[in-house]
Amino acid sequence: MDNYVVEMRNITKVFPGIIANDDVTLQLKKGEIHALLGENGAGKSTLMSVLFGFYQPEKGEIYVRGEKVDIKSPNIAHELGIGMVHQHFQLIDNFTVVENIILGDEPGGFLVDYDKARKEVIALSTQYGLGVDPDAKIEDISVGMQQRVEILKVLYRKADIIILDEPTAVLTPQEIEELVEIMKNFAAEGKSVILITHKLKEILAAADRVSVLRQGKYIGTVNVADTTEAEMASMMVGREVNFKVDKKPANPGEKVLEIKDLWVKDQRGLDALQGLSLYLREGEILGIAGVDGNGQQELVEAITGLVPIEKGEILLQGQSIVNERIKSRINKGIAYVPEDRQKRALIMDFRLDENIILKSYEKEPLSKGHILNQEEINKKGNSIIEEYDVRSSEGIDTIVRNMSGGNQQKAIIGREMDLKPLVMVASQPSRGLDVGAIEYVHKRLVELRDQGKAVLLVSFELDEIMNVSDRINVIYQGKITGNVIPEKTTVQELGLMMSGSKEVDLA
Amino acid sequence: MKLISSIVTLSLIYATPIIITALGGLYSERSGIVNIALEGIMVVGAFVAATFTPLNEAVFGNWTPWIAILLGALAGGLYSLIHAFVSIDLRADQVISGTALNMLSLGITVYFCQIFFNQQRTKTFNRGFVKTNVPLLSDIPIIGDLFFKRMYYTFYVALALVIITAFILKRTRFGLRLRASGEHPSAVDSVGVSVRKMRYIGVLISGLLAGLSGGIMVLTQATQFTAGSIHGIGFISLAALIFGRWNAYGVLGASIFFGFSQIFTIFSKDIPLLASVPAEIFKAVPYVLTIIAMLIFSRKNVGPKASGELYDVSKR
Amino acid sequence: MLKKRNHLTLSLIAIAISFVVASIVMLLSGINPKIFFLSLFRTMTGVNLQAIGKENFFNARYLGEFIQISLPIMLTGLSVGFAFRTGLFNIGAEGQVIIGGVGAVIIGVLFKLPWIIHIPLAILVAALFGAFWGWIPGILKAKFGVSEVVVTIMLNYTALYLGNYLIKALPGSDNQKTVTLASSALLQSDFLRSITGNSRLHWGFIVVILALIIYHFIIEKTTFGYELRAVGFNRDAAEYGGIKVSSRIAYSMAIAGAFAGLAGAMLSLGTFDYGRVIGAFENYGFDGIAVALLGGNTALGVFFSGLLFGGLKSSQSLMQASGIPLEIANIVSALIILFVAMNNGLDYVLDRLEARKRKKNETN
Repeated sequence: MDNYVVEMRNITKVFPGIIANDDVTLQLKKGEIHALLGENGAGKSTLMSVLFGFYQPEKGEIYVRGEKVDIKSPNIAHELGIGMVHQHFQLIDNFTVVENIILGDEPGGFLVDYDKARKEVIALSTQYGLGVDPDAKIEDISVGMQQRVEILKVLYRKADIIILDEPTAVLTPQEIEELVEIMKNFAAEGKSVILITHKLKEILAAADRVSVLRQGKYIGTVNVADTTEAEMASMMVGREVNFKVDKKPANPGEKVLEIKDLWVKDQRGLDALQGLSLYLREGEILGIAGVDGNGQQELVEAITGLVPIEKGEILLQGQSIVNERIKSRINKGIAYVPEDRQKRALIMDFRLDENIILKSYEKEPLSKGHILNQEEINKKGNSIIEEYDVRSSEGIDTIVRNMSGGNQQKAIIGREMDLKPLVMVASQPSRGLDVGAIEYVHKRLVELRDQGKAVLLVSFELDEIMNVSDRINVIYQGKITGNVIPEKTTVQELGLMMSGSKEVDLA
Repeated sequence: MKLISSIVTLSLIYATPIIITALGGLYSERSGIVNIALEGIMVVGAFVAATFTPLNEAVFGNWTPWIAILLGALAGGLYSLIHAFVSIDLRADQVISGTALNMLSLGITVYFCQIFFNQQRTKTFNRGFVKTNVPLLSDIPIIGDLFFKRMYYTFYVALALVIITAFILKRTRFGLRLRASGEHPSAVDSVGVSVRKMRYIGVLISGLLAGLSGGIMVLTQATQFTAGSIHGIGFISLAALIFGRWNAYGVLGASIFFGFSQIFTIFSKDIPLLASVPAEIFKAVPYVLTIIAMLIFSRKNVGPKASGELYDVSKR
Repeated sequence: MLKKRNHLTLSLIAIAISFVVASIVMLLSGINPKIFFLSLFRTMTGVNLQAIGKENFFNARYLGEFIQISLPIMLTGLSVGFAFRTGLFNIGAEGQVIIGGVGAVIIGVLFKLPWIIHIPLAILVAALFGAFWGWIPGILKAKFGVSEVVVTIMLNYTALYLGNYLIKALPGSDNQKTVTLASSALLQSDFLRSITGNSRLHWGFIVVILALIIYHFIIEKTTFGYELRAVGFNRDAAEYGGIKVSSRIAYSMAIAGAFAGLAGAMLSLGTFDYGRVIGAFENYGFDGIAVALLGGNTALGVFFSGLLFGGLKSSQSLMQASGIPLEIANIVSALIILFVAMNNGLDYVLDRLEARKRKKNETN
């Protein structure tokens, strides 16, 4: 027992209405890379927040280097040598790298000794081969570099227990490989790493052992060398995983959406799309594969009209829509299930019926001459609830904030499908949903396709892309670098295309 | 020359409270809390200073106004803690809280005027601050006339506060943490620094400075406190803070310019071309300019990013 | 904005706490709070509780004055509330009242028309002037993303000076006021005056009733109101739904300004019969913030909270006459805003109390 550097025993953490951690145990050895595996909402982040002092558990004990500890705040975690690299970077955009790293642990007394700070940062960066420019402002460096600044923050605080929260979500395959190397360096130096992830391949590549959580419960810990992807997957999901989607072969028809040489700038004014072209046919699901941040967001928002384009052409049934407003694109048949549903697709403080009419309130019979017809609105709301199996405590009168994520997504999909669209743009539609809801979403998308509609599916999960799509386009740095059929490609090949090292056009 | 030197001197005198209050606002906003209660805090500071002065001038003599403004600062600091508590701990909308405190300040001060003095104003005092020629420095040709003759020492206090503030924000540990709290609070919490504490300190300093400034204003520009003593200078200070781009030296420049526009009507009568322009136009200048400045800045991110946003530690 | 606990409960708690705190202040400064409550009651009902049974225990003049004073702040309440529903904070009602009032005065001074045209014209111009003054921060917010809070604060002072300048510039004005407005433009009524013991009650109450109905109708019943509410809760989702967010923001602020402009008309054409040069703000706009917050930004809520703040405002003269500083009414108003603003916190405290009670019951 003494060789555990961290031991969390029987941790229970309850939030109003949900048991986030239910009697969870985690044992971390010195010098190991320990993966913490689980689906979204399995309680991984909560458990780490407990270890890092953000939350106090209701039950359970934590031992660090054999001593029982009470981690009341991140300060205490720091003192114990625990450091965390957050999934959402905790960096201040207009501060320099050095300022970000030393914040909270500034050298010098009342006055900050910036010279000393700078030297220390350079030394650490060199020692671990991180190659970070100490004087750059965060807003001017790449996402991968920003992550290294986060890692430097942890190293600067002399942490030897390092938690990495979903670190690969924002990285390219090469950057992921480099990160794995960095983690292995840490382990070799006797530091212990906890890697939070839901990606099995990363665990195989990097970790020594893996602990699995499912719905807040501890499932077990296994040696990575003694396990397989399939075993880990079934531990994570709780049954034999069958990601295969039940569908008939596609029967694509005419081109319904065509994009030619599209250029779009991102919020920072950089070219996010650089001459992207693609087409989408009736009766097919086109999957867009790629690492987050390669222009996916700009692509879907350019199609739906939420961002202006620099140049290029977007044709819907042969007609240009680049000068059409958002509303007119909706009316012409473009439906959209956005990635960030709570921010984009729902008005969380509105009732369910008010959300259901968000794109149709101007149409008769929901309103007439600018006057809303509540009776008709109720009717519409109830029919969507029924048809799409949206469950909520008070039916159409439920405030959407009080609904579960899965039912929120069902309501969005119901609303969008009810528009009878020509093209359905779905961005990360299964993100954050449980397995049942994911299956539901996939079934509905296939159903749309079978009705002869076109579906554009953007996803960062290759499994989802491979299983749902009829055809796959790979996006890399704002361009399509691959056009393939799922049956005729492999995840490995997609990976190469996603990193720009291979271009294929088969379909 | 005489005209110019008195324009400069008076501008600096009128700029003094604007500078100090705007610096107060700077601490608060840099920590992430919008403080539109500056006006009300100045009212409280002015009331306390103006109440203390006539009652104690016999005791403290020439020290009276200095003690009075310190008490004003203290009162302002205490008053600002309401804003801190309501907007930090009770998570109220910062603008609403500030509005309430502005209204409350006039109610409560004039109420106590009635209780203490049986009138809607404080007793008249004799020993406000006195204009002085600074020894030695005032003998310097030109510069002496412009900056060191017939001045209140309080202007130099304001100047010192500008330099100190700029230094604190740039060089000290506290300054780094304060700025970080206004930019990205959860990043600050994640490294174990309490955002709540930084914001309390930021708001408290804003209260101390606005209270000080209110005291200085009433003791340099009036002979008693009335409901109209501060007449919007707190809001001009807010304007100066924006116009000065949340930066101590920027605040200094903007405040002097706004001080100048305050006194300009006095002199415009003597300048033939400007005599025909109504006084109201000059009075409106700082406000209109601030709107224009906001338009110019609108494309760039200059203000503290998280200022005014609710920060809830539990919703990480 | 939407709270778990209903807004009415929290508002009533806020009012109760405010009165308690104000009573403590009065007690500490040697004043009997009873006088305060008696004055407030007498102002709002006309009934003098201390003179019950005596001949003139009821005085309709108080009632008339009370309603008259409530009228403009109900309108500023609607102004602030309308902007709130679109997620905007209109601190600028103060300035919009001034500019609207000036608009009404201009029509009243410069034109000679039959009353059937003159009154509606003066009121309409007041609304349009107010709308213009509200539209400025609206369009700046919509097009440039400039904070409407700061712009409206700055525009309040601009309005103060601009308004005074315009008043003085009208023919016949002196340094204090304009000439008396044409009687055909005035809302004042000898009839209303005579039934309310010579109060300043005027026909403006009809305008206010219409405004309340229009507010309710626009916000709750129309597609436009739906769009405004959607923008107010979530701008990104509204945009996603195809709503023209920036145009809605500009419209919303302009309509808010129009309501405040109407309040200016109430003052210029009803309470007074001339345009005034004012030395400082008269707080109609700031009272509107209180009214809207307490009233939960609904028409009915604004009506009732308008009555409360109108009562506080109009009871001041009676309080001063009864020997308590009239500022206590301002203190109560400010406290109410402060406690309503603490809604979040209050909700939290009540949650804790309930949880504790539940625990107790469970252990018993």
